[in-house]
Formats: sequence, C-alpha cells, structure tokens
Amino acid sequence: MPALEDYKGRPPAWCPGCGNFPILSAFANAMADLGLGPHQFTIVSGIGQAGKFPHYLKCNTFNGLHGRTLPVATGIKLANHDMHVFAVAGDGDCYGEGGNHLLHAIRRNINVKLFVHDNQVYGLTKGQASPTSMEGMVTKNQPAGALSGQLNPMALAVALDCSFAARAFAGDGERLKELVKAAVGHKGFALIDILQPCVTFNKVNTYQWYKERVYHIEPGYNPEDRIEAFKRALEWGDRIPIGIIYKNYRTTLDEKIPAIRKQPLIKQAFDRSMVEATLKEFY
Amino acid sequence: MDYSIKIGGEAGQGIQTIGDTLARVFSRSGYHVFTNQDYESRIRGGHNFYQIRFSDRPVMAPCEGIDIIVALDNASIMLHEKELSKSGLVIYDSATLKRNYEKQKFFDIPFAGLAVEHGGNRIMENTVATGAVLGMLGMDLKIFNEIIGEVFAKKGEGIIRANISSALSGYDYAVEKCPLCSFSPAPFSRPKMLVAGNDALGFGAIAAGCKFYSAYPMTPSTGIMSYITGKAEEYGIVVEQAEDEISAINMVLGASFAGVRAMTGTSGGGFALMVEGLSLAAMAEVPVVIALGQRPGPATGFPTRTEQGELLFSLYAAHGEFPRVVLAPGTPEQAFFLANKAFDLAEKYQIPVIILTDQYLADAQWTFDGFDPDRLSCTDYRVRGDVFRSLGEYKRFAFTGSGVSPLGVPGDAKHVVVVDSDEHDEEGHIVEDAGTRIKMVDKRLFRKLPLIKKEIAPPLFYGSKDPEIVIVGWGSLYGAMKEAVDALSKERNTAMLHFSEIYPFPLTDDFDYVSLLKAAKAAVCIEQNATGQFARLMRAETGYEFKAQIHRYDGRPFTVESLTGEINACIGRL
Repeated sequence: MPALEDYKGRPPAWCPGCGNFPILSAFANAMADLGLGPHQFTIVSGIGQAGKFPHYLKCNTFNGLHGRTLPVATGIKLANHDMHVFAVAGDGDCYGEGGNHLLHAIRRNINVKLFVHDNQVYGLTKGQASPTSMEGMVTKNQPAGALSGQLNPMALAVALDCSFAARAFAGDGERLKELVKAAVGHKGFALIDILQPCVTFNKVNTYQWYKERVYHIEPGYNPEDRIEAFKRALEWGDRIPIGIIYKNYRTTLDEKIPAIRKQPLIKQAFDRSMVEATLKEFY
Repeated sequence: MDYSIKIGGEAGQGIQTIGDTLARVFSRSGYHVFTNQDYESRIRGGHNFYQIRFSDRPVMAPCEGIDIIVALDNASIMLHEKELSKSGLVIYDSATLKRNYEKQKFFDIPFAGLAVEHGGNRIMENTVATGAVLGMLGMDLKIFNEIIGEVFAKKGEGIIRANISSALSGYDYAVEKCPLCSFSPAPFSRPKMLVAGNDALGFGAIAAGCKFYSAYPMTPSTGIMSYITGKAEEYGIVVEQAEDEISAINMVLGASFAGVRAMTGTSGGGFALMVEGLSLAAMAEVPVVIALGQRPGPATGFPTRTEQGELLFSLYAAHGEFPRVVLAPGTPEQAFFLANKAFDLAEKYQIPVIILTDQYLADAQWTFDGFDPDRLSCTDYRVRGDVFRSLGEYKRFAFTGSGVSPLGVPGDAKHVVVVDSDEHDEEGHIVEDAGTRIKMVDKRLFRKLPLIKKEIAPPLFYGSKDPEIVIVGWGSLYGAMKEAVDALSKERNTAMLHFSEIYPFPLTDDFDYVSLLKAAKAAVCIEQNATGQFARLMRAETGYEFKAQIHRYDGRPFTVESLTGEINACIGRL
C-alpha cells in the first residue's frame, strides 16, 4: 500500500493560505486510501494555479495548455483505459477557455474524473473575473463589476446528464477526500466543482463567506433523481449544497468502442502481417 | 493508346459510382489509370465531373482532349463539349436531359429506358451508362460483372442479375448503334493496384502502426479519417471525431503520451486551430503526425478545390522555436511510404511531423504494380514493459548526446512520466532558471536538428542527365511535371527536381541539386500558389533564386498540356 509520503512532490509555489493546499492534501489522502500508487494514475492539468497541482505531487503528469485538459485526458483514457485519469483545472481554464471541451467530455462520458478548483477569480493573471465570478464582483479589469451572469457548473452538468456531478469545499478536507474517492469509484465522467478560496484576489468569496453558506446534502437525498438534482444544483446564495448532486450509470465511451472492448489499446500490438491482405483490396 | 473519359453531372447523380467503376475495370484490365475529380461544396445539384485517363503506358495527370463525355446533365455538354478530342463522342440520354443534340459526335443512349426495360428500375441507369462506355471501347463485360457481384453482394442475387442485365443492355446498344467508335484497347495484362491519395495516406498510417486518430471533418482530409475508420475494428484502432480541431490534436497528444502512435488530419482552417497544440507537442516532446490537406484560402476559400498555399504556414505555424519535419508526397505511393516515414521520425525524435497534401492528390487515383510492404519501417522507439521496469531511475527529459530522451510509457513501471508545457527540468517539472532553459533548448532543438536533417532525402531527379531546362516543384505536382518532362524532352534536354521531403530542407551533400540548377540554361519553379512559397524557401535555405516561376492559383489542377504550354511560354520570355 502506498503511504502519504510516496506522493510527495515539489514544494508548492502557491500563496500561503491558498485553498489549493487542502485540495492537494485531500487528494493525496484519497489516493493513499484507494491504494493507487503514483504510477497508476495520470493527472492532466492546464494553466493557472490549479495547473501546477500535479507538480506538487508525485504522479504521471501531463501539464498541458490552458483549457485543454479534457481532450488530453480523453486521449490518454482511450489509449489506456486501465490507467486512472484525472483532469485538474481552474474555473477559468475549464469553464472559460475549455468550455466546449467540457460539454463534449460530459456528452462522451469518458471515464475521466475532473476536479475544478473553483475560486471564482483568475489567480495567475492577478485577479480578473472568471466565468464563475458572482455578477457585480468588482476587479481591476471589471471596475463596473462582472457584467456577465455567473456560470453554474452543477446546473450545466445536470442539464447535460453528466454521469457524476458533485460540489465540494476546500475548507472541508475530509468531505472532499470522500468525494474524490466516490468519484474514482464511479464508472463514468465525474465533475467535482471544488469551492476554493483565493486568499489574494477574491475578497468576496472568502473562507468565512463559504463557511457561513455551505451545508452537507442530507443523507436521504437521491442523487439519481434528475429533477431534484436540478433543483439542488440551482441553490446558490445563502445556502450552498456540498456533496453528490447528481449521478447516473450511463455506459462509458471506452466501453462502447469495439476496438478496445477486450483490452486497452496500449496492450494491442500492431500486426504488420495484416498489411499484405489489405493491399489486395486495392486491386 | 491514351484515352480520357469525363463523366459530368449534378452532385448526387452518381458520377462517382460510374467513375470509380470504370477506373476499377481499367486497372483490373491492367491499364495505367489516373482519375481526378472536380466538385462543388454542395450535396445536391451544381456541376461536378470525374475524369479518367487510361493508357498502356504510365499516366499520372489529367490531359486535354476527351474521348468520351458521359453527360448526365446539359451543363456537362455546355461546359465540356469544347474539350472533346477529334474523334471524341458525347453520350447522353435525351429523355433525361429533355434535349436532343443532333450533331454528329453526339450519341443518344436511353440509359433510363434500358434500365427500366432490362433491370426493372431506373436506378440502374448508371449501370447502363457504364456498360455503354465499355461497349464503345470494345472491352468485354467480364470484369464489370465481377465488380457488380462484389458491390451488390449484400443486396442479393436479384439485384446483381438486374444490374448485369442493365450493363449488357447498355453495352449491346453501344456496340450495335455507335458507328463512330474507333477505339482500340490494348490486350489484357496483369491487374494493377488503384489507389487514391487519401486512402494511401490513411493506409500508410495504419501500416506504420497508427492506433489512434482524432479529427474534425474537413475537406479534403476527411477521406483519411473515413479510410482509417473503415479499418478500425480489424486493426484495433480508436478513431474519435473531436468537437473541434483544438480537441483533436490534444486528444492525439494524450494518446501519444499514453504510448500509442497517433495522428490527426485537417485542412488549413483546422490546422490554424491546431497551432497551439503543435507548439505543445514540441515543448512536451510528444510525437505527433498531422496530415494537412491544402485547399485554396484565405478563410473558407474554395472548400473543394486545390492549392499549395500552406507550405510556409506549415513551416512557421506555432509559437516558439522547435524542430519539425514537413513532408509533401507527390503520388499515392509516396503518401503511403511518407506516412510511414512521418510516424518513424515523429517517434524517433519526439517531434511533430506534418504531411502536406492537397485536394488534387487527396482525391486523385493512380495505378501501381503494388506497394512493397518490406519497405516499411516499424521500429518501436518507446521504452515499455520490462525495459522500463529495469531502469534504476527515469527522467523523461534526461539530457543525452542526441537530445533524444527516453520516451517511457506511463503505467508500465513504477517510474512516473511527467511532461509539461512550461519550461521544465529533466524530470519534467516547471523551472524558471536560465541555465536549464538554455540546456533544454539545446537538447530539443540544436542537438536533434542535425540528426533530423540527415534523415531527409534529396529531391527526386528525372530526365536528361545534361539538362538545358530544369523544372522544379513539390508535392502533388509530381505527375504533371513528369509528363511535362517527357513532352518537352522531344524538343530539348529537360529534367525535373521534385521535392517530397521539404523540411528540414534537403542537404546537398549527396546530390548537389543547387549546382544542377545553376548549370541549366533555364530553371523554372512551378507552384500551385500565388506567391512562389517554395521558391522563397529555396532562396532562404540555399541562396538559389529562381528567375522563372509559374504560379497557378485558380484552384484547378494543371493538365499535362497546360503545364507544358506554360513552361514553354515561360522559357520563351527568358
């Protein structure tokens, strides 16, 4: 069984008190609990503070481009579905630059787990509004306040029949760890939107702000009821639900592709002797 | 003998079915065949044509002087009648076209009527027309009947019989009532392979061990995806249609990182979207092969026509400095083998390799005696399984003499594989320091580049050993150039240089083509673009400047005659 120190990576360059630290810790704990060694999973990350996440762990890593985590993760999963594949992105990365890829990853139901570090602001570029910034939030670049409406990732996920959609809060590491484990255990595309305070640039949505609002979804709630899930997904403001909002058991993309039904692509050696037979088809 | 047949009509009338069938009959009869297509960006209506040239000697470009026009609409007659050779004929069905053409060279055959009478359904009118063409040529129906059997195998005996009767009715009608046919086909020889550029490229990728293909459909590269999709289950290949080209190239990079050979294909507009990913491939040193099927731009341009306007784009696309290879096959055979070379170089040096084709080559079919599979190279350069597990330590970007670091397959060993779009250290983690930056650029670029340069073959030389005139071109111009050399050689010593491996620009160590150009009385660079991109590249790379250039940018391919004429005119002006 891997121990926590097996996942130790480079020293983080995040601001002291950053909401990314508890996410890092919860993730490593979840991997240790699940017994997944560093070589048994791959994290695909984008650009932004969240994009640095896999460098601060020890694991297979593809730190690619801003917004492009899901296509890369999809390619990895289709080539090797024995590999656990996680995508880690920020709200700007995943909901802004990579919005189109999110729609289609949900639609494909690729068996990838996506963790969005949602701090409702752009951190790396120093404090501009993000797709999840609350309407009216004043920043240097949005002096009249964020003018666009706030994107609701949970409502979007339910609307698109996302296989697994959950919201977590970085300030509740234990619950986050359990949600990560639940997502890994779920067969299908999973989105966990992690509310994560940005201590430097988001002066609205602080630890205190979230703590006053988040509540754990009650045990009797049925996440397989899509209509109820949509209602729950719309809750924002005074009360913000934490937990599994929605799930279903759709067949995953890799299960549907005939060429990889028996074994992962990576395990299928190319048989050059077939070439001659194919050549005959051109006569 | 050297005959050309043109089938013209609206989109959706079945031009391609007639064309493909005739081309297959000729290639199976042992003729050399060349076909090309001209179509509009629409599914129904408009005017399209399919041109077939066949001969008892190699043919590799369209020529002027059509021997038989199969007119499925009046536009085919209006637009192409003037292209008829002296003994050329037009066949048409006056009942369908609702017009009678009384001129001598017109031959009215009731395609629809015969189809209803002999096949029981008008749908077989194209079978009648195909039979009629074979009747006019005095060829027998044996091979056509075989093809009907293969094409309709799943539809049952009844449909096969009806088509065979329809074919015979068209054939007999032509034999009995066509007084003007004066064709003399050559005797039967060994069947030839008939293959289109896109199919050859797709098959070449498969034969190179491509396991993953992702793309967004875009003319003229969609055929590559279609071909590979058709073979996916048989060969164990995953083909994923992406939501856009950005996703396509990133999926391909993911699959390649995971350890399989992967490719994408697109045209100019889609390639523009892939440029960001191209740069990522370079930084993360993830092997990738990109097929770029050119069509006239800018923007949407002529979506279904041909141009060589993206040579410099393919060379300079993407931010940052890094090595890449650009290949430009001139024939389907070159497409097949260069696809193999593309995968080999991409993986050996962990670089992006771009294969430049265009609509003309993508859709054109050529005949060959066969491709030799022993010429394929399939070395697995990745570090996998036991070899990976036996390593004491592993650094994805370890500094090596060649600049090529071990390409480990994640998950195969306890070692983790880390790649990054940021500048990184040997392990793949983000760095900011100047020293590592310099060493990484040296590794990625300067150490690899001289090795990659040595892999690039010199241009193909053809023609007179002591040429007065040298014509120079690249990519899909190969066939028209070669036939032009043959035509011009009757008057004076002519030769050609054809570049199919364009970048890094071929060294002159083994073949000093620059001296050859300098020694010739006239050297003409021929390109299917407006600004002479290859000539500019040649000047930048070798210092040689062409005094004569031919640029064609109307979206249409050269015929042998039009190219020969332009070369003569160009030399005349010197």
